[in-house]
Amino acid sequence: MQQRKFQRLQNIIDGHEGNVSHLIAILQEVQEEYRYLPEEVLTYIATAMGIPPATVYGVATFYAQFSMIPKGKYVIKVCDGTACHVRGSEPINFALRKELKLTGGEQTTKDLQFTVETVSCLGACGLAPVVVVNENEVHGQMTPAGVLEVLKKFQVQEEN
Amino acid sequence: MLKSMDDFLNLYKQSQEALGREKMRILICAGTGCVANGSLDVYDEFLSRVKEQNLPVKVHLMEEVDDEPHALNISGCHGFCEMGPLVRIEPGGVFYHHVKKDDVKEIVDKHILNNQLVERLLYTHPVTGQTVATQDEIPFYQKQTRVALEHCGRINPDDLNDYIAHGGYQAITRALFNMTPEKVVEEVLDSGLRGRGGGGFPTGKKWQFAASTQGAKKYIICNGDEGDPGAFMDRSVMEGDPHRVLEGMMIAGFAIGADEGYVYVRAEYPLAVKRLKRAVAEAARTGLLGDNILNSGFSFKVNIKEGAGAFVCGEETALIASIEGERGMPRPRPPFPANKGLWNCPTIINNVETLANLPSIILKGGKWFKGFGTEGSPGTKTFALAGQVAHTGLVEIPMGISLREIVFDIGGGLRENKKFKAVQIGGPSGGCLTENHLDLSLDYDELRKAGAMIGSGGLVVMGEDTCMVEVAKFFMGFVQNESCGKCVPCREGTKRMLEILTAITEGRAGEEDLLLLEELALAVQDGSLCGLGKTAPNPVLTTLKYFKDEYIAHIRDKKCPAGVCKALLDYHIDQDKCKGCGLCAKVCPAEAITGNKKEPHVIDVAKCLKCGTCMEKCKFDAIYTA
Repeated sequence: MQQRKFQRLQNIIDGHEGNVSHLIAILQEVQEEYRYLPEEVLTYIATAMGIPPATVYGVATFYAQFSMIPKGKYVIKVCDGTACHVRGSEPINFALRKELKLTGGEQTTKDLQFTVETVSCLGACGLAPVVVVNENEVHGQMTPAGVLEVLKKFQVQEEN
Repeated sequence: MLKSMDDFLNLYKQSQEALGREKMRILICAGTGCVANGSLDVYDEFLSRVKEQNLPVKVHLMEEVDDEPHALNISGCHGFCEMGPLVRIEPGGVFYHHVKKDDVKEIVDKHILNNQLVERLLYTHPVTGQTVATQDEIPFYQKQTRVALEHCGRINPDDLNDYIAHGGYQAITRALFNMTPEKVVEEVLDSGLRGRGGGGFPTGKKWQFAASTQGAKKYIICNGDEGDPGAFMDRSVMEGDPHRVLEGMMIAGFAIGADEGYVYVRAEYPLAVKRLKRAVAEAARTGLLGDNILNSGFSFKVNIKEGAGAFVCGEETALIASIEGERGMPRPRPPFPANKGLWNCPTIINNVETLANLPSIILKGGKWFKGFGTEGSPGTKTFALAGQVAHTGLVEIPMGISLREIVFDIGGGLRENKKFKAVQIGGPSGGCLTENHLDLSLDYDELRKAGAMIGSGGLVVMGEDTCMVEVAKFFMGFVQNESCGKCVPCREGTKRMLEILTAITEGRAGEEDLLLLEELALAVQDGSLCGLGKTAPNPVLTTLKYFKDEYIAHIRDKKCPAGVCKALLDYHIDQDKCKGCGLCAKVCPAEAITGNKKEPHVIDVAKCLKCGTCMEKCKFDAIYTA
């Protein structure tokens, strides 16, 4: 299992010919594979590419796209751009977090089903407020009640 | 594979002929907004309905079909995002909005087969109440002048031939065969084009520096990082007319002597990435990108780089670091990238919209471009109109038009008859303007005088129920989050400013904090290394200047006049007004409202999320905040 995991990693690195300037692209591909960046993976990348682990870690923590903790099966992004904000994105976020019992800085439910994050702007301001599920399912002109319905749909899907 | 100018002209002729043979052109918007509303289903439905009727149909411009086919195209963003999905039918530019899958049959039966309009899907003029058939008659479009967005919504972004049929790649071929690089730079200087990313630096001047710098290798970077919350014009151009962006890059490359370019796109824009990649591959396959293009001696190659989510990467030196695979942190300038940029080679970074203006400038001349706009800010500018305005979307207008014209004529005023309060322009780098600024001419210099900035062109309209202190806090939260942390004024200053703003909105601040806030703002403005920090205090400074009484109300009276700041308000139900309809309890996401049918309800303050949904839904105005 472990062997196979690193083999896949090595393939990604080889795909970029180990080019250090491709580090971000490599991390993007790796994250797509594991849904997050596990620590041992970062160490492996640093060793394989012959760069200090601090460099890899530095890049991985700098960009918002990268996550060092596992994400849920459903990643719900609540847009909090200016347009969404003034048209009520905050109550949507509150409603979601309350429903999923996420407290403090928690983003992911304990059962790894749902992740709720706010993003700074999805560029669909005409439809504000916007909620995106798993990158591709865009819900425009959302309301707190509406977003709970969206959530319910996935919860029911999971139960069956 | 095109090998010469003659080859290119041949292709142009063929594509024009193909365009001329089209009996009808059906354009279905496939911008992000319309796709979210199901426009791709509409497209599929059109395709199957048209086939069902045995009409000749083609989905690519050059497809061989019996004469007079119906062309079915996806298109880029039409701008009127709120009304999507949008369908435009040529000839005539008939404009249908809110088109659902189930409406397609009627459009095919009536419009396509019998040339009759489907009245119920046409736009109704809000004042006259009459329906208007074409896009040009809609007030939203009437004051617009489209240059960068010329083809957006008119052509299929996934079809190179369609771009060529509409005059695409004519500008670069003219530059290659009839102009010298010096002449290209001169034309852009003459046009007075200023960087559309926000800085407003004259594009021609920037090119001059890079052109005169010696170096075997030079780069052009297209900045498509657009991280400004509230702005989406670059996204629309990249999604709707990707070849135009490539052509702009080639013109810039020819002008400064670069043979390679990068498009740096936000990872949050997957559709833009997909369309750009496709455009690059198609242009390379056709011979419009690559070595010795059309045997002109000019070579140009384009790479697509996806960003990974960092607002500071809009700053050119940070963007370069990011392309090199590092943390996107800015460095002091000079040396400027025009001298020492990507991998220490001379590099020009232009914003997407800046590049999209270039083909028109080369084809029609710098003087033509200067004919639009104002003396100091020539040309047109796209704005992303959003917020509490009736018609949200993407607009392109000549510089110098007034804020009033944008908000009230193009945008149709505020939704739900709310009272206009402010416009936030230019994102976190910009500022909030008030009613008194409605007649201000929109150009770089006038806005700067008012303390705001065009930025990348986000224009968020705010109504009476927006709290300006909360808005300032919102932007401060954003920049504080996005500060790369390299320089102390930005890293620590924005953090302290956010703390003070939070204290104000929670009723914990004293009047002395206002002075400290202002002092900090000026220090961050002066002391920061890059544009992010230098402009971060703008929203605070402008709201302090124009909405000071609102700050005072929070501090002195512990009240939020707009009824937004949660710590300062609770929701209640007026027992006399409540008819006990139960709607509020039904919509409450927290189940905080209880009561029997036909009896006044109550809100449990402890459970209440303060989301305001109940207040919005109540038909009897029974819910109030205090």
